[in-house]
Amino acid sequence: MSRALANVARESGFAATVAFFVILAAFPFYWMLITAFKTNADLYDLSNMPLWFTDPPTFEHIRYLFEKTLFTQWLLNSAIIGVCVVAITLVCAVPAGYSLARMTGRNGEALGIGIFLTYLVPPTLLFLPLSRIITMLGLQDSLWSLVLVYPTFTIPFCTWLLMGFFKAVPREIEEAAIVDGCSNLGAFVKMVIPLSVPAILTVVIFTFTLTLQEFVYALTFISSAGEKTITLGVATDLVRGDIYFWGELMAGALIAAIPVAIAYNFFLDRFISGITGGAVK
Amino acid sequence: MVAITEKLAKPQSRLQFVLDRPRVLGALFVSPAVLYVLALVGIPLCLAIYYSVSAYTIYNQDYSFVGLRNFIQIFQDDVFLRTLWNTFLFTLGSQILGLILGKFGALVLLRPFPGRKLVRALIILPWAVPIAIATVAWEWMFDSLYSVINWILIALGLMNPADAPNWLGDPHLAMICVIVVNAWRFFPFAIVIFLAGITAVPQDVIDAATVDGAGFWRRNYQIILPMIAPIVVVGLIFGTVFTFTDLSIVYLLTMGGPVNATSVLGFEGFQVGILSGDVSHGAAISLVMLPVLFILVVVMLRFIRRREI
Repeated sequence: MSRALANVARESGFAATVAFFVILAAFPFYWMLITAFKTNADLYDLSNMPLWFTDPPTFEHIRYLFEKTLFTQWLLNSAIIGVCVVAITLVCAVPAGYSLARMTGRNGEALGIGIFLTYLVPPTLLFLPLSRIITMLGLQDSLWSLVLVYPTFTIPFCTWLLMGFFKAVPREIEEAAIVDGCSNLGAFVKMVIPLSVPAILTVVIFTFTLTLQEFVYALTFISSAGEKTITLGVATDLVRGDIYFWGELMAGALIAAIPVAIAYNFFLDRFISGITGGAVK
Repeated sequence: MVAITEKLAKPQSRLQFVLDRPRVLGALFVSPAVLYVLALVGIPLCLAIYYSVSAYTIYNQDYSFVGLRNFIQIFQDDVFLRTLWNTFLFTLGSQILGLILGKFGALVLLRPFPGRKLVRALIILPWAVPIAIATVAWEWMFDSLYSVINWILIALGLMNPADAPNWLGDPHLAMICVIVVNAWRFFPFAIVIFLAGITAVPQDVIDAATVDGAGFWRRNYQIILPMIAPIVVVGLIFGTVFTFTDLSIVYLLTMGGPVNATSVLGFEGFQVGILSGDVSHGAAISLVMLPVLFILVVVMLRFIRRREI
């Protein structure tokens, strides 16, 4: 009897811990969701219970966001930047990751770690010289400046991830192809790349989310509203004067957050094995 | 690329085919990545160092060498010293808080229970969602008038409506707020790192320890923790580097205020170097981060080499 009681106590303690973590992590997003669909009258009435709707939910904020702000432009800008950065990253990181996993031996390991360490050089150290370089190139205040700069962190990161994945592809596959008359390059293109499609897809998704998450460079290089990314636009451009329009702000934040959240959950396991596969063994 | 491929298309012997080709191809394969990173990380880093010892501003593009004058000036500035202290406080506070939450969160997610996948998806959110976006939501939660946090505390009877604090308006509370938001953003990453480490510990090691009479805490802290230390340290250093150099949370939540109470190095570098256009002093402020980063990287390299699991 007392054992059953102790069991119940332990189980409810566990459930409470789970609940604590879920509320801690997800409450700000719940709050975003509620705010995005509340009428202004409901939102700014202190006597209302804030955690649920007093007035019926409204789509007014979302409509305002798409009709009266540059929100769609920002979505488009982020998509353009994402696609271009993914292309540049793949062209550089796929061969580099393969080469570091296979071809250059001991020096390859040192070079791999070297490339990876550049991922740790922070934007706040580089933004001053980079902003001068971008001014010299005439790219200031243009989204192309971000297309140029974002690969500086996506290439190291993705090279490292891909290196881990390529190490897991057995060398015998290429050797068999070479014996069958393929060149080294041919073996890579015809055998290794088709086998690595899932890994490459992971890299595509993560590059895209990294460009969506970036804030510091976008803030430094872009000041006109029409060139902003979705993250920068929502965070800095929906505040007019000193007045915050929380309904629109939260609606914009929600729409920007959803795709990244979904992508992360689909690819999380692969991502973890990539990081630890590269870092440990 | 085409030229090399064609030249090597007719190998003299099988041996040369195998030996030479991979080396050339390998070098060719890494070069785009290396060149890109050298051009847009290596060169800017050197430029940043040069700016910090010159008199360069965007109004007066004077590259003349002034030695350590900029550094001496910033170290005599009270705002900068405050910023430096804040940066360490911000980094240390949020990393410790994030690690504690991460460790316990990992223990929770380790155990199978119905709905674990959904719980994991929700717990990962703070790390997945762009931090600038999430910070805006926190800003709304810390609002001086409509703060939902205050509402909940009052509704639970934990706080008197008359004492409802203005979270971002008070210097000490504002610091706590930026630390909490950063720890909140970091703890799912810590969970993921701990989980990756713990699941990599071979089950027979744990079983052997259990048979030998090691209890829960002993297994955790004397067997598992030392084994996963390399992964955890690498993860921790990641978190530390990105926290130490971050500006987005401070920029969006408090703008360094009230009265520089939450100003951090990244933010101050941005303020001076970009907004005021004083590039040389801005670069000097940013470069103060470099020695700390260097130490962290050296520690990390030692741990990467150790690789125990």
